[in-house]
Amino acid sequence: MTAKSESVKLFTDKAELVSAVVTEISSLDDAIKYTMDLCGKKEACKMLISGCEQNLSNKAEQLCATKTGKTIVAPALNKKETSALEKGCEENGFTLIKDSVRNHLGGIDIAFTYADHGIAETGTIVVNCPSEELRLATMISEVHVAVLPKSKLVDKSYDLESWMEGNMMKGDYTAFITGASRTADIERVLAIGVHGPLELHILLLED
Amino acid sequence: MQDAKNLKEYRKEIKESLDNDFLRNAMDKFAVAYRGSRANAFKDMDEKALIRDIADAKDAAASRLDELFEQFKEEAEKRGAVVHLAKDAKEANEIIGRIAVEENCKTIVKSKSMTAEETLLNHHLEDDLNLKVIETDLGEWIIQMRKEGPSHMVMPAIHLSRHQVSDLFSDVTGQKQGDDVQALVKVARRELRQAFVDADMGISGGNFAIAETGSIGLVTNEGNARLATTLPRVHVALMGLDKLTPKLHDALRVLKALPRNATGQAITSYVTWITGSNECAAAEDDRKKVHFVFLDNGRRALAKDPVFSQVHRCVRCGACANVCPVYRMVGGHKMGHIYIGAIGLILTYFYHGTEKAKNLVQNCINCGACKEICAGGIDLPGLIKDIQARILEEEGHPMYSTFLAKMMKNRKLFHKFLRIAKTAQKPVKAKDGFMRHLPMIFMPDHDFRALPTVAEVPFRDMWAKVQPAKVAEPKHKVALFSGCVQDFVYPEQSVATVESMKNKGVNLEFPMDQSCCGLPLQMMGEVIAAKEVAIQNMEAFEGSDCDYILTMCASCASHLKHNYMKMLGKDPKYATRVKAFADKVIDYSSFMNDVLAVEEGDFLDSKGDAVTYHAPCHLCRGLDVKNAPRELMAKAGLDYKESAEEEVCCGFGGTYSVKFPKISEQLLEKKINNAKESGAKVLLTDCPGCVMQIRGGARKQGADLEVKHIAEYMADRRK
Repeated sequence: MTAKSESVKLFTDKAELVSAVVTEISSLDDAIKYTMDLCGKKEACKMLISGCEQNLSNKAEQLCATKTGKTIVAPALNKKETSALEKGCEENGFTLIKDSVRNHLGGIDIAFTYADHGIAETGTIVVNCPSEELRLATMISEVHVAVLPKSKLVDKSYDLESWMEGNMMKGDYTAFITGASRTADIERVLAIGVHGPLELHILLLED
Repeated sequence: MQDAKNLKEYRKEIKESLDNDFLRNAMDKFAVAYRGSRANAFKDMDEKALIRDIADAKDAAASRLDELFEQFKEEAEKRGAVVHLAKDAKEANEIIGRIAVEENCKTIVKSKSMTAEETLLNHHLEDDLNLKVIETDLGEWIIQMRKEGPSHMVMPAIHLSRHQVSDLFSDVTGQKQGDDVQALVKVARRELRQAFVDADMGISGGNFAIAETGSIGLVTNEGNARLATTLPRVHVALMGLDKLTPKLHDALRVLKALPRNATGQAITSYVTWITGSNECAAAEDDRKKVHFVFLDNGRRALAKDPVFSQVHRCVRCGACANVCPVYRMVGGHKMGHIYIGAIGLILTYFYHGTEKAKNLVQNCINCGACKEICAGGIDLPGLIKDIQARILEEEGHPMYSTFLAKMMKNRKLFHKFLRIAKTAQKPVKAKDGFMRHLPMIFMPDHDFRALPTVAEVPFRDMWAKVQPAKVAEPKHKVALFSGCVQDFVYPEQSVATVESMKNKGVNLEFPMDQSCCGLPLQMMGEVIAAKEVAIQNMEAFEGSDCDYILTMCASCASHLKHNYMKMLGKDPKYATRVKAFADKVIDYSSFMNDVLAVEEGDFLDSKGDAVTYHAPCHLCRGLDVKNAPRELMAKAGLDYKESAEEEVCCGFGGTYSVKFPKISEQLLEKKINNAKESGAKVLLTDCPGCVMQIRGGARKQGADLEVKHIAEYMADRRK
């Protein structure tokens, strides 16, 4: 194996250990198709286990009403990526949200983002998100789909030091994300999705 | 939150925990599962080197806290944050309260912060300022609504069952909830999402404060810290000054150990790095108001303390509680005031004062399990003893303690007492070497184990008779240190030691001026007497021409080897001498297996008994000896059957078992059950204290388990 393919393998193994779904893709089209399929398979709002089916207090219940139909949020894409995603959403009847994510706190089906880096030793994706829209998108959606170009994969967290420090010098918000949101606070039983996404899908893009 | 007024009240509270079946069961499962997942998380790493690097870096940072704070403040403020320094808890709470009032905040969401627990921040915000504060970490939210403190630093609601959580959530939502944990977590997701939507201010802690860029790092699994620092228009982070670190690299290094040590995860789901004021659509001009509040509360003074500054190496992983056999028995509410576990006993003294700490610090059995896994390499059991000694100085020594100290530092008086005890015990002495019943003062809590009587003839009086003939050209020159128990209670173990090395070219001697090693004195916090005894023993062995000082008691061995150095190693009058002494100290199994290198051929050819083993704390951790006794048993032809949790304390702990008999009893019960389940009918160990405890417990239970010192079996099996 080349050094790169070893890193890819390690990254994949470590990410899968924490229940992330890792798929290798070769183009933006693959990523869009993957996301459309995933969204198509989901049922709107009542899908998965976001909490709407639970017995909630009246106030928390009202949040469910703020969301109708299937939504995909993608606030931080370039023009080409946005138009490809727009086309996909249009064909499938999904709503695409590009900004004002704050108005959709009741829940969004899928966040589609690019990761800035991946760390192989822990299966972590790194998202530089001083933009509030991107930060919120990766937290309030039920499924997070992140495209990680293979060239952005590093072996160890230490390898990102100078890049992170460069960002920090400017003022910054950066997230290491490893698997889905989890808790073991009740009887140490692992439960997924206490605050953030219930699923993390990582699309490893050959570049 | 532990705040008993006196030891009696504290013992009563402990008893309540011991009777809580749910807690006991949950803690047992956790202790066993944690050990496996931690080992797995570190398996491909040089764990010890990582811990050493963390300790060095944290020590370096602690030595320049003021400088790092100034740098952090300058860098963070350059990037739009405001940085505050609070001298104590009250001031920290007032600063945060003032920010809330000035920014016109009514509703606050919090992500987990032990520092905010330390300052009792919520009390100030809710009771004094009438603000609405909602904890968003699931465990913290649960205990907030139950009006409890955390029972673990990482898993604050570990003491509660799903049924209790279900009842609580039924109250909160006004709807009946079931017992399914997954469903309960989803209820929390939705209820708390609403809280994030409503909040004006988010309060977080901080795992790292990086001076170079004025950045903070937050380590969470749930992701609530990301929401709490993103949605509200104001963000306040409250951190101890000890979180300051020069560079990002330091934080990334700690991050390699923190989640692994806390929960056995390679990394948490989220690690969030925040620098300066970031974009926030809910704020005026789209920039979030960011305040970093640093808490001193004794930390600056602590950083300058030559003994205790290492406390600042703590990364708040909670692992010292995870492995503590006492925590496992009594739970976090009885094992800390606010900070929990071994580090909790220490921090309570420094952050919450003598009154809150004085009972707690006595509840350490000194097994060393925490020291072995501490991410910062802190000598936790040592520091707990040091605090106990400080409190004795502050509050005065209890009468029994002063009396024992006086007697034990005078060898002749002490040995005379033991000889008198031999006569005095006659009315209660049974033929089998146990006391028939215990003297009344010990009843009834101490009746869980039978206690041995003092032997007819101490080892020192037998020496002339059992002493082997001198070898002309000895391979090894060895001086025996028997310790009190193998001199006066179990002299047969010392005799067996002598026999087990016959015909192997060993010259043995027994310096008569040796006395108690002094560990019991140190356990009681009688440091001056402990030091005097150390000097006496060192001098007793200086007259002998030996290469090794051999002790069959693991507790004596680790005390002689490590604590003597700690007590005398820095004193120019004793430094060289004590090092020469400590270097020679060796335990029985290591000497037999590694130095004498006995072989299968030295033992009988017949098949030996099935035996199991108990690894004394002071051997497996105190001296880091793990393989020698097991190899020795195999060479001797014994059929060694491993017990579950062999390296967990038997509950003796010297004077500990007298002070906390109920905890000692439970630890012992587990030990005996595990030994029985191994299928062996004989348990061997390397420490007469452990023999006393386990043999006494087995006898009381009527268990079919013979308990022996490993030397006794070695002597029997030699050719």
